[in-house]
Amino acid sequence: MNIAILSGKGGTGKTLLAVNLAAVANGASYIDCDVEEPNGHLFFKPDSLEVDTVTVKIPQVNDDLCDGCLKCVEFCRFNALAYSNKLMIFDDICHSCGGCVLLCPQKALTEKDKAIGEIRTGKSKDVDVVTGIMNSGVASGVPIIDELQKHIREKSKDGKHVFIDCPPGSSCVVMDSIKNADYCILVAEPSIFGVHNLEMVHELVELFEKDYGVVLNKVQTGENPSEDYCLANDINILGSIPFDPELGLLNSNGKIAARENTEYNKFFSALLDAVLKEARVETTINP
Amino acid sequence: MKIAIPVDNKSKDTDVCVSFGRAPFFLIYDSESEEGQFLPNDAAKMTGGAGVKAAQIVVDSGAKILLTPRCGKNAADVISAADISIYKTIHKTAMENITAFLADELDTLDEIHAGFHGA
Repeated sequence: MNIAILSGKGGTGKTLLAVNLAAVANGASYIDCDVEEPNGHLFFKPDSLEVDTVTVKIPQVNDDLCDGCLKCVEFCRFNALAYSNKLMIFDDICHSCGGCVLLCPQKALTEKDKAIGEIRTGKSKDVDVVTGIMNSGVASGVPIIDELQKHIREKSKDGKHVFIDCPPGSSCVVMDSIKNADYCILVAEPSIFGVHNLEMVHELVELFEKDYGVVLNKVQTGENPSEDYCLANDINILGSIPFDPELGLLNSNGKIAARENTEYNKFFSALLDAVLKEARVETTINP
Repeated sequence: MKIAIPVDNKSKDTDVCVSFGRAPFFLIYDSESEEGQFLPNDAAKMTGGAGVKAAQIVVDSGAKILLTPRCGKNAADVISAADISIYKTIHKTAMENITAFLADELDTLDEIHAGFHGA
């Protein structure tokens, strides 16, 4: 079962939930798709790291063959090419569509590899930890997340659980992260701002026709607008993580609560059971 | 000699546009015939790479001089490759700056910003 954990903004508890669920799931995998700022590895501290570079194709020009016909310049919708006495290519603007290379009548353009990030795979006790990391200055993390999808498909082959820690928000990188998810967990804070962010990801999972449920985080007594939103929209609440200084302290020290504290081990195990039960029902009804 | 300048609208008394890449029009002024022509800037509404495309329009116009309040690095690279010199505007309207340039009162633009990509 591939379970994606997402939220409309950063700091709601995606990583807290994803890391702790993976830690109690017996031989699960944790895939960090938040490639701009991956932080699950800070908790798992995986060893025996393997590092693979992720590259994309970008065009290069042979000036002797280019006759300045401008076909590539006019074709590129991202304006990554200009012709000013000779063809100029702006690597950072290029989206690696390959169109210019296909189009060039003189065959003056060829492709070369450009490194945009890496994927680190390692082990933390019984958890396989896979982390995507984007190089700074790179425009889009999507190619790295595409590469992570291969790991997601590979790891879930033998029926094991894969927890996908998504980037915050609801943009392309999130859409790409949930591509292979069987079930989505939306993490929400008990505030009006939290509801706004919950609405964004709620709309996204509806659009992609994913099965989903909500985990409420930082729950205190009193008003919880996110809970009200779930009740009003008939969204299944899978569980509530209390606003607890001890949990906050463990988490801010880079500790995995479920590994450090028996109570939290029980708590996240019960939450995992609730998630799996719900996910199995949903995926059976809507395969 | 043709002089290019990013402008806000297509009137003779138009102001210089604060942006190069996203200016709605370029005024291409011919100092010999003393006539101007307005080119629409197709780059203005592009989601990305506006500076590069706007620079391409200026290069293709045959201008040898660009008067602008500012210019990003990508655009400046394209402009410079075509041996177009970039001068910094100091007045409000396009014509005031052209007159100032012809009277040798403008300095070259030395501050090329890194661009406002994603800012």
